[in-house]
Amino acid sequence: MIVTPAWYMALAAVLFAIGVAGMLLRRNALIMFMSIELMLNAANLTFVAAGRELNLIDGQVSVLFVMVVAAAEVVVGLAIVVAVFRRRATASVDELAGLRG
Amino acid sequence: MIVEAALTLVLLLPLAGFVALLGVGKRLPEPWPGIIATGVVAAAFALAAAAALDFFRGSGDAVTVTWFEWLPALGVQASFLWDPLSALMTLVVTGVGALIHAYSIGYMHRDERYGRFFAYMNLFVFSMLILVLGDNFAVLFVGWELVGLSSYLLISFWFERPTAAAAGKKAFVVNRVGDVGFLVALMLIFGAFGTFAFSGVFAEAPAGIGTGMATAITLMLLLGAAGKSAQLPLHVWLPDAMEGPTPVSALIHAATMVTAGVYMVARTGVLFELAPVSSGVVATVGALTALFAATIALAQFDIKRVLAYSTISQLGFMFMAVGAAAHVAGIFHLMTHAFFKALLFLGAGAVIHGLGGEQDLRRMGGLARVMPRTFATMAVAWLAISGIPPLAGFWSKDEILASLFGRGGLWVVLWAVGLATALITAFYMTRMMWLAFGGAPRWGEGIHPHESPPVMVVPLLVLAALSLVGGLVNTPWRPGLEHFLEPAFAAVSLTHLPGGVTPWVLAALSVAAGVIGIAAATSRYRRRVPDEDSGGWLLLAGGYRVDDAYAALFVSGGGAAAAWTAATLDQRGIDGAVNGVARITGMVAERLRPLQSGLVRWYGAVVLLGSVGLIAWFLTRGGL
Repeated sequence: MIVTPAWYMALAAVLFAIGVAGMLLRRNALIMFMSIELMLNAANLTFVAAGRELNLIDGQVSVLFVMVVAAAEVVVGLAIVVAVFRRRATASVDELAGLRG
Repeated sequence: MIVEAALTLVLLLPLAGFVALLGVGKRLPEPWPGIIATGVVAAAFALAAAAALDFFRGSGDAVTVTWFEWLPALGVQASFLWDPLSALMTLVVTGVGALIHAYSIGYMHRDERYGRFFAYMNLFVFSMLILVLGDNFAVLFVGWELVGLSSYLLISFWFERPTAAAAGKKAFVVNRVGDVGFLVALMLIFGAFGTFAFSGVFAEAPAGIGTGMATAITLMLLLGAAGKSAQLPLHVWLPDAMEGPTPVSALIHAATMVTAGVYMVARTGVLFELAPVSSGVVATVGALTALFAATIALAQFDIKRVLAYSTISQLGFMFMAVGAAAHVAGIFHLMTHAFFKALLFLGAGAVIHGLGGEQDLRRMGGLARVMPRTFATMAVAWLAISGIPPLAGFWSKDEILASLFGRGGLWVVLWAVGLATALITAFYMTRMMWLAFGGAPRWGEGIHPHESPPVMVVPLLVLAALSLVGGLVNTPWRPGLEHFLEPAFAAVSLTHLPGGVTPWVLAALSVAAGVIGIAAATSRYRRRVPDEDSGGWLLLAGGYRVDDAYAALFVSGGGAAAAWTAATLDQRGIDGAVNGVARITGMVAERLRPLQSGLVRWYGAVVLLGSVGLIAWFLTRGGL
């Protein structure tokens, strides 16, 4: 059985759907971060798969960028979560609704 | 070459005085600012007299001095014309100006803004010289506006007094009305001739424009002249301008600035000659103003307001003269009037000074004994303005009246008005003299009238001498001024005195009018101050209620228009538009508020749905 790029794309779609579901259904900020990471990596997987299939280096370069940005995002995000947790003693994002209009 | 340099210096000296005094006038001790200011004006007079020597000999040619290209696009240069007319005006402005500057050294003694006063006075002299020396309409207009500015600054010199501040504002606003006319005239002139230069305009005018255009231009010029020279219906600012210090009234509002309109009409005589209707209007306005203001002067009790209305009336005489193309007579009266009216104002200033600020004739009386020199000099001016020979006023006023009579036709009506005005003039001047100097003292306790210091008396004496003999420069058998001014009016067909015995009869009539006026006023005011509070006197004292009418018509009308604009146009229209935009934004925001739930997962869901929607769009439509 040959593993065609479509397989990678399908896997990426499944991973992305899991990430979306986690993002929308869970209230814990840390889990939500993990879901976001899942989505990002699903996207990364499509990049490398497409780069390999088309024989282009661009896909791998893009993935490196995404990883750097994701790392930076996690640093900031976790810092915020820790700060919020210290103040509110909770990690549930539904309770952080102070900006409601 | 020497004349050019002198001319430049004549202009620059007062400007230098102004700049210097503006800078250091505050730090200099009294009386140095006054001495500097008087010095520069006197030096300008000396230079002007030296430069005019050729004209006196009858050999000089007109000289043009160009300083720089001012508006190259319009071909306008900052250039100045030295011809007999501008020379005479320069001599009057600097000569009388220097005397009044000297007088001010004493009059403004201990004023807290002593230095600034003289700075403004020098600015005025500079502005007036720009006006009379300008070689084109643009420079003339610059001078015209600058004298308006100096006049405003000096009328409201004591700006702590609300009346003085209001008077300055009034003068400025009323002058603006006239200036609109002047500006329109300038545009018409440039449109018709393509140049502002006097020489170009006057050379092309006879062939270049029709009667209609000439009439339009000259009527607009007349509007400007009426504003500056306080002629009907724009005379209302001059009586109020008496709020300024008395030397200012003497210099600006009697001797020089208010005659700018007369000078301008005489200077543009070529244009007026092309428009007989305008000339008639000028003379009629002058005659009406002369009679109108003279009757108002009959009932004034403020000594300076008597003189102010008298000035308006005498300016009316000058307008009659220039309207009748008797330019020499008009300029002649301008000159003699500068002498005797400046003298009257300075004398009134001495009286006010001596009485500690009192201006009401009803609280004067008997001053002849305590202020003999002031009285003697003012008496000369009084007889001069009343037209008693051989004093200055007689010659000039009589030449105007005789020229009017000599033109015949309807001009004789103007002559009759002028004669009646001469009688009234003699009456009110005599009334003023009796109330101020004759009879028993009526001033209050604790006021000790005193003669002025020499620095104030000497200018009075010089002006009295000029009022005494100034008229002899142009007598019917030796018309010196006429020969002097002839080159300046070469292009105008002047009105001259009629021949034969007519002038003698007319002169006898006008002297009789003066004598009758003096005699009537003497019998009425010699012994007492008659009650003058019946309806007719009050109407005259209030200046025929012209101020009230203007207040009702223009001031309250303008106020109502402004109030309507503020309440309706501004608050409803402009504010309404701005507030309406804000209110719409607010309403929209109110509707959209619930979208901002604060739930992060809700936002995430919206982002997801949005992305899905976009992707679906791209997939089905294949692009935007």
